Amino acid sequence: MIELANVSKWYGPFQVLNDCSMRVAKGEVVVICGPSGSGKSTLIKCINGLEPFTKGTITVDGISVGARATNLPRLRSRIGMVFQNFELFPHMTAGQNIVLAQQKVLGRDRATAEVKARELLARMGLNEQASKYPAQLSGGQQQRVAIARALAMDPIAMLFDEPTSALDPEMITEVLDVMVNLAEEGMTMAVVTHEMGFARKVADRVVFMDQGVIVEDADKDAFFGTPRSERAQVFLSKILQH
Amino acid sequence: MFGKFDFGILWTNGPFLWNGMLLTLQLTVLAIGGGLLLGVILAVARLSPIKPLSWLVEGYVNFLRSMPLILVIFWFYTLVPKLIARPVSGFYSVLIAFIMFEAAYYSEIIRAGISSVRRGQISAALALGLTNMQAMRYVVLPQAVRNMIPVLLTQSIVMLQDTSLVYVVGLRDFLTSADIIATRDNRPTELYLFVALVFLVACFAASRLVNQLRRRYAL
Repeated sequence: MIELANVSKWYGPFQVLNDCSMRVAKGEVVVICGPSGSGKSTLIKCINGLEPFTKGTITVDGISVGARATNLPRLRSRIGMVFQNFELFPHMTAGQNIVLAQQKVLGRDRATAEVKARELLARMGLNEQASKYPAQLSGGQQQRVAIARALAMDPIAMLFDEPTSALDPEMITEVLDVMVNLAEEGMTMAVVTHEMGFARKVADRVVFMDQGVIVEDADKDAFFGTPRSERAQVFLSKILQH
Repeated sequence: MFGKFDFGILWTNGPFLWNGMLLTLQLTVLAIGGGLLLGVILAVARLSPIKPLSWLVEGYVNFLRSMPLILVIFWFYTLVPKLIARPVSGFYSVLIAFIMFEAAYYSEIIRAGISSVRRGQISAALALGLTNMQAMRYVVLPQAVRNMIPVLLTQSIVMLQDTSLVYVVGLRDFLTSADIIATRDNRPTELYLFVALVFLVACFAASRLVNQLRRRYAL
């Protein structure tokens, strides 16, 4: 479904991604982890072309992301993305946030889009919140609205960029629960996160990055059992202590 | 000390004053409209990735903003007829001067408004499949406008007050009309008080409007 081959990226002289290759098969959940500044957020943003990359190829559902001929907006509309800071549109209600792209990108009529929004909000446990503005919602609620907004486009895959890093601890669970449900329903997911509990529960594979390099790409059990690289071992020992 | 006030003079000279007021209003409305239009174009050019275009606009904005308005009015009064080799009415030369001058200020306000929208908002809009234009229209501009409306209105109030400068090219705006009567009938107190009152009410109403808009669109 998602395939990265030898992707490199430079910011001026600084190399942020170094020859990264990985794939996410249909229905698979891949967790990408690593210390901050390791390039994992940049990598996931390359998948839907939010970040341009210098070398290599990325294909999603057989379509090349970097190719000039690719209709990037169209491709992006088929890939959901959830951000660290939610990025709900503050001038719109939760409901309007979910309706906007359905109408403007998919061309759905208002009524259909609103029904879809209500269904998704209900699924997120946010029945009562459709007419509230993002500023009136808690962080956990905002992130669930953001997930609903992405799901409203009926994506073929979902990208999560540290979806719980900006949340207070008590709200992390409500967002992770939603993500676990999604994974169990068979959604194809690439998730940048430090939540190793989540990784253990639903990940098929774990990708470990450090300094722009994919150091380890292993099955979940192999990764948590006996990580081969020393850097992954150090990272895990630090992150699992608390 | 001022003798007896005669505010009836305002009534008897009502039509004359009203004509001055009409000129002031016409000039204000047209200059705001034209200034905003040109200001948006300048702001977009300034934010454009085409560097020479951005620099050109930056130069224009910085140059006009360092000039006193009255000088700009004089220039256009003498320049425009020469440029197009035709006589131009005082009104149009002044209008062009105001539009060019206000656009420099508006463009900076609009640019700041657009820049104030977080980068992540654009990412989120693009990630949903919106095109750049759609992201601008549905996500960035509504937030930018909200941020800049108070400043734009404040700038427009200043503009309304600045229209009184047109007397230098012989146009009869509201203040000039009042001044003519004040001098002719020797009633400066009544007339200047009245002018002050009218400006006060107009500006007060406008700033109330600013506050109301702020509240209504408060995030």
